[in-house]
Amino acid sequence: MNIISARNLALWYGDNKALKEVSISIPEKSITAFIGPSGCGKSTFLKTLNRMNDLVLSVRIEGTVEYAGKNIFDPSVDVNELRREVGMVFQKPNPFPMSIYDNIAYGPRTHGITNKARLDEIVEKSLRDAAIWEEVKDRLKKNALGLSGGQQQRLCIARALAVEPKVLLMDEPTSALDPISTSRIEELAEELKEKYTIVMVTHNMQQAVRISDYTAFFLLGELVEFGETEKLFSQPMDKRTEDYITGRFG
Amino acid sequence: MRSRFDEQLMLLNKEMIEMGALCEEAIELVAKALETNNVEIYKKVRPISLEIDQKEKDIEARCMKLLLQQQPVAKDLRQISAALKMITDMERIGDQAEDIAEIIGYLNGENRNNSVPVQEMAKATIKMVTESIDAYVNKDVALAEAILKEDDIIDEYFMESKRRLIKMVAENPENGEYALDLLMVAKYFERIGDHATNIAEWVIFSVTGVHEEA
Repeated sequence: MNIISARNLALWYGDNKALKEVSISIPEKSITAFIGPSGCGKSTFLKTLNRMNDLVLSVRIEGTVEYAGKNIFDPSVDVNELRREVGMVFQKPNPFPMSIYDNIAYGPRTHGITNKARLDEIVEKSLRDAAIWEEVKDRLKKNALGLSGGQQQRLCIARALAVEPKVLLMDEPTSALDPISTSRIEELAEELKEKYTIVMVTHNMQQAVRISDYTAFFLLGELVEFGETEKLFSQPMDKRTEDYITGRFG
Repeated sequence: MRSRFDEQLMLLNKEMIEMGALCEEAIELVAKALETNNVEIYKKVRPISLEIDQKEKDIEARCMKLLLQQQPVAKDLRQISAALKMITDMERIGDQAEDIAEIIGYLNGENRNNSVPVQEMAKATIKMVTESIDAYVNKDVALAEAILKEDDIIDEYFMESKRRLIKMVAENPENGEYALDLLMVAKYFERIGDHATNIAEWVIFSVTGVHEEA
């Protein structure tokens, strides 16, 4: 089952065409990795999937992205609701300057949950799902900025999970982390795919090989190749994919 | 880009060619010894077999280092993993040439070996080994596929050897032991052909990503 399907998605930043008619169907409850050189459009495409690009003034988009059977650009779509279901984790951990507890409770509160017991439950469950509960359960009222980089990133994942999303978009979630924190996030991603669909931009090709089920290779705004990770990294179909993954690009 | 890695892959190819050449040398020596009844040949083949064993270890170490340092994918990964498999077959070829050399010692210089087409078998297996290494280095799938067919010729030589040896024993039972030794020689050549076939199959895998079963 595919959860997100883009059809002929084109995107311009002013006159610059950053995405060229991208069509892709992302299978649910799996990890899909987007790879490609800097400026290839992979992050732009990722941000399009929950309309983060709406915030950029000069952006123009053509084509469709179907999520839950509906084009996300349809005027009837509630963007806040879309972003609740399709959450985002960024490259640099960005906890709010508030307590660990409030970081997690922030989303549910804005969606109208005020009951203390219910919030406690959500906070614990989210932190557990993000594999950070044991480390922070005794200091939930402490400021989140006091956590290490790797802990902050897992906190941000917990914060994204707190609003019960279906899809998690991750933009280079480990590029600012040390190897140990990186492997914790990778293991976490593999656990999370049982309940969620994960789409991840990564510059680390070994990471894509290690944890993703599907890989999409972008180049100059074009989706060159998309398929099962094992296949793409052992027998790529396109010469450009082969050149890029074997490091003989350019 | 990745010129250092490409250089190391070239070095790997060079070592593969060297190991292949050692195998050819070993087969050539035993073929010649069969012709001339040189019972001392084991002394010459043994050191080559040891050199082949050392080459296997060297190439294996190089491949492990490349896997570790370069984390190869796609065709690079296939080239290195194919090399790792091929050296096992080449090492076996060396062992079997050594085994033939040992048997030549038992033959006691008796010149009755035209009963088995050993020279033809030796020639055909040397050709297969040379070509399979060439195919690997030049990524030549067509050549590798041709090698798979050549193995049938060697199998046919083996069957022919068997028929002739049976006849030889039937005519004179005293030839029994000699015939068995010669049958072993033929069998080792036949096995060498199988190993060359394996090498050719790995060449095809290395280039296409599909492993053919012959």
